[in-house]
Amino acid sequence: MTWDWSAVADFMPRFWDGVLVTLQILVLGSLLSFTLGLVWALALRSESRFVRWPVGLVTEFIRNTPLLVQLFFLFFVLPEWGVQFSALATGTLAIGLHYSTYTAQVYRAGIDAVPAGQWEAATALSLPAHRTWTAVILPQAVRRIAPALGNYVIAMLKDTPLLAGIGVLEMLQQSRLESAATFQYTEPLTVVGIAFILIAYPASLLVRTLERRLAR
Amino acid sequence: MPADTGHTVPNDELIRFTNVTKRFGDNTVLDDLCFSVRPGKHVTLIGPSGSGKTTILRLLMTLTMPDSGTIDVDGGRLFPADERQRREVRKRIGMVFQQFNLFPNMTVLRNITEAPVRVLGLSGDEAEERARGLLDLVGLADRAGARPSQLSGGQQQRVAIARALAMRPRVLLLDEVTSALDPELVAGVLDVLRDIARTTDITMLCVTHEMNFARDISDEVLMFDAGKVIESGPPEKMFSEPENARTREFLGAVL
Repeated sequence: MTWDWSAVADFMPRFWDGVLVTLQILVLGSLLSFTLGLVWALALRSESRFVRWPVGLVTEFIRNTPLLVQLFFLFFVLPEWGVQFSALATGTLAIGLHYSTYTAQVYRAGIDAVPAGQWEAATALSLPAHRTWTAVILPQAVRRIAPALGNYVIAMLKDTPLLAGIGVLEMLQQSRLESAATFQYTEPLTVVGIAFILIAYPASLLVRTLERRLAR
Repeated sequence: MPADTGHTVPNDELIRFTNVTKRFGDNTVLDDLCFSVRPGKHVTLIGPSGSGKTTILRLLMTLTMPDSGTIDVDGGRLFPADERQRREVRKRIGMVFQQFNLFPNMTVLRNITEAPVRVLGLSGDEAEERARGLLDLVGLADRAGARPSQLSGGQQQRVAIARALAMRPRVLLLDEVTSALDPELVAGVLDVLRDIARTTDITMLCVTHEMNFARDISDEVLMFDAGKVIESGPPEKMFSEPENARTREFLGAVL
């Protein structure tokens, strides 16, 4: 087996297309998981058990079943019920939904960690509930959990190749297409592996810096 | 008493507890308690820990609910009442906490302007003017832009006092406001409170272990034991010739 630089060069056009798709999945999936996770976390604190129980059931179910199964389900079963999205949209939705059940736990911990005195001070000032959340509790909670959310973004990045399973043209799928056309596996797969490290490692350094800065 | 007099608390009573009972599990913290506070008076609650003093403040702040009885403040019913009415009545009550409880994510100024803007509907400029006046009163005019974490405990507590006053409450509740402070910072906070007691007509309800401060600002001292007021009177009498044996014992231990 010899390393062929020209195979690397040939892969580049597909590779960059894949990078863009992977980053797109990552950004949209993160935003979705951050938003939905907050919705779950707030719903799980609801005073009504008719909100708490169904949300608890659904999030536990999603969190404890494999992402790949969810991907296949959304991609192959939903169309039978007449709901059909593109592979990219389905994949992004699935990964965002899956990770939202983790971020929900992170939000919950962050909200629980805000001292009771903060709630009491907000009550003492008669702040309305929405203002207590948006101005007092959530800013303090998010500050505490930013590093944990960052770690889930990195984990999500490493799960994006699962979307190749439903044909999304992210980095891994592009390398498979390249290999199928050229019978060269080493170079495309190596390039993809290195690309993941080049994105994930600086991101984890960033999270660690964030952690240190917030700890002060 | 006619049945429909729930809201006709006599004019000379700003706070009225009527037959208030509060239990935590098997523990009866307040036992059929009745007492009232007249407008503008400064009342100090003393007694051993667990005697129900802090529970009274927390009830007034609607941080906890009584099991039975009624509580009226400034002619409005606080308990039993729906949440809307509780909010209305609670707006007239300010509280300063043992642990300050400033919002660490806001500047000192925002801590003070937040509620006047969001709850009372003041404009940003009006609220800021009010806040700066109060910061001046508590001697922190130059720290408006600081974060709570950049202030000493004593300074934080003075900001918390300004924050409570910014709502122009009729009643100010003080919950052991100096017990979390280093000894050398206590005097600054007490001076501010003395100043407010002297220069405003705000009614104060105060739980404290600072007996000198209590003697200094109180019009009336209530001695609590096992969820009841067992003795009350002006501080001169309470601190020098209490009648009740429990009061004598308690004061003997803390003075």
